[in-house]
Amino acid sequence: MDFDPSILFVQFISGLCRAMVLFLMASGLTLVFGVMRVINFAHGAFYMLGAYLAFSLTQALASWPGGFWIALIVAPIIVSLIGGAVEYFLLRRIYDREHLLQILLTYALIFVFNDIVKMIWGVDLRIVNMPQSLSGFVPVLGHTFPVYYFFIIGMGLLVALLIWFLLRRTKLGRLLRASAEHRDMVGLLGYNVERVFTIVFMMATWLGGLAGVIIAPTVRLSLGMDMEIIIEAFLVVIVGGLGNVLGALLGALIIGQLYALGILVIEKFAMAFLFSLAAIIILFRPSGLLGKPVEGGG
Amino acid sequence: MSRASAVKGGWVVGAAIVLAALPFVLEKGLSPYYLYLAIKINVWALFAVSFNLVLGYAGMMSFGHAAFYGAGAYTCALILAKTSCPMPLAFVAAPVLAACVGLIIGYFSVKIKGIFYFAVLTLSFAQLLYIVVYKWRSFTHGDDGIQGIPVPSWISTDVTFVSYYFFTLIISLVCVYILWRIVESPFGLMLRTLRENPQRSTFIGMNVQRYRLVAFVISAFFSGVAGALFALLETSVSPDLLFWSNSGEVILMGLLGGMHIFLGPALGAAIMVLLNSFITLYTGYWQFFLGITLISIVLFFPEGVAGLIHERYAARRGKRAA
Repeated sequence: MDFDPSILFVQFISGLCRAMVLFLMASGLTLVFGVMRVINFAHGAFYMLGAYLAFSLTQALASWPGGFWIALIVAPIIVSLIGGAVEYFLLRRIYDREHLLQILLTYALIFVFNDIVKMIWGVDLRIVNMPQSLSGFVPVLGHTFPVYYFFIIGMGLLVALLIWFLLRRTKLGRLLRASAEHRDMVGLLGYNVERVFTIVFMMATWLGGLAGVIIAPTVRLSLGMDMEIIIEAFLVVIVGGLGNVLGALLGALIIGQLYALGILVIEKFAMAFLFSLAAIIILFRPSGLLGKPVEGGG
Repeated sequence: MSRASAVKGGWVVGAAIVLAALPFVLEKGLSPYYLYLAIKINVWALFAVSFNLVLGYAGMMSFGHAAFYGAGAYTCALILAKTSCPMPLAFVAAPVLAACVGLIIGYFSVKIKGIFYFAVLTLSFAQLLYIVVYKWRSFTHGDDGIQGIPVPSWISTDVTFVSYYFFTLIISLVCVYILWRIVESPFGLMLRTLRENPQRSTFIGMNVQRYRLVAFVISAFFSGVAGALFALLETSVSPDLLFWSNSGEVILMGLLGGMHIFLGPALGAAIMVLLNSFITLYTGYWQFFLGITLISIVLFFPEGVAGLIHERYAARRGKRAA
């Protein structure tokens, strides 16, 4: 065995990258669940939309130097508008019904969005070019890494700070947290809970879209990328605790690192480690590392 | 009493005649393709009725039943393609392995209370199995799938689908009969009790988790039979069988046909298979159609979906009676 310990460092950085993308995804899932008590199965579809929109925008703006940066701003906004429409026209109609119906609705959206992406962009693999300014390499501790890695990590941390600030330091954040605890009471106090839900859903889909744009230059876009990411995001929230943003961050860091290390052991089936961890968490700490105990509900 | 049973007997004889004559009418009168469709409906009907033990009777929405269907199909296909093991043995091994997969997935999925976790975990574990089958090229041939599964001559579909039609029909009738006995047994009654009110079921001393798990494993077993039947019909399997969208199709069959009627999902299966063969003639956007149908059911006919439908109906009926 000629095992080079410094490969662990390389994997650590790439695991951190993965963790940040997963955090962007899982934080959206967890925000929606925490406030609205809905699992958004279609969250991956919004991620996929973000990535494909980034493709179209960078293509359309190919002659501009800042095409990617415009996509980074614009694509998540478009995705969140679509998310807002989904909340307003579909989800809103069934809040007073069983949670099962809400799950089914978001599940149905995966089918719909998949075929819409197929209609617009076709089945070919698509590639988003990396912006010039981020396509170099930097040496860190004797290894060279793509600059883009650090862009991803930086964006993840930035968004984490942003979410923390929003939830803890703004009036909207207080309202969100209050709605998560006592939805009816917030309504009785004269706030428009439905509008809070729309805002949360738009925020979450914005996060999903952003994750899609950020990942786009590093992968080949394909139908099915929504399911790949959503499963990992599910594992993140199971490990971290559903409905808890800090849990999503912790879960993402653990899952990201576990994957990066797992790949060294069994390259093809690193996913198996993630599932094993989730299984252990389910057995010994069902509500996740930072989650509150799960209440009933059948 | 005797008259009622005579009428019932007449129905049974009538159905038997129709089912026995059907393959000859379809194959000679129309085309072998319709007979193939009839077998496909039969296979999916068995899958949907098995699935409905979990959905309609135990009240759990599984988003991962394609895993058991696929496990059954792959077990049967792999054994026949890689060993000289006789077909009946492979055919028995398929549901057994599907049930084992069901036991593992079910064990974790029923562990945490709440429909969210059940939904998320069944979907995720099923997708894990899909990934494993997709990536384990040396064993499963990955996305190439397994082609040309050797099928014994007495059910071979090379010349005619008729013998395989009867094979499928008999196997699925036996399975559906067993499922019917299970549903009507004290165990089935307990499942419905649990569906209506899990909390009270706990109060009367039921081990809710265990009941759910047993229902889940039984359902996985018979879904595995359906999978094996499908593998022998197509004489090929591919990872698509395990894909998440297949779980969605069987959910839609249950909802369309009516999950609170024992054979309802079989009707749903017939509708879906026929619609699929019709719609895919004209467009490649079958999933779009599926999604829109599902959304319409949720928005406009939610009563058919709701687990509490019985209570609500009972309340309404009670009011009307009073």
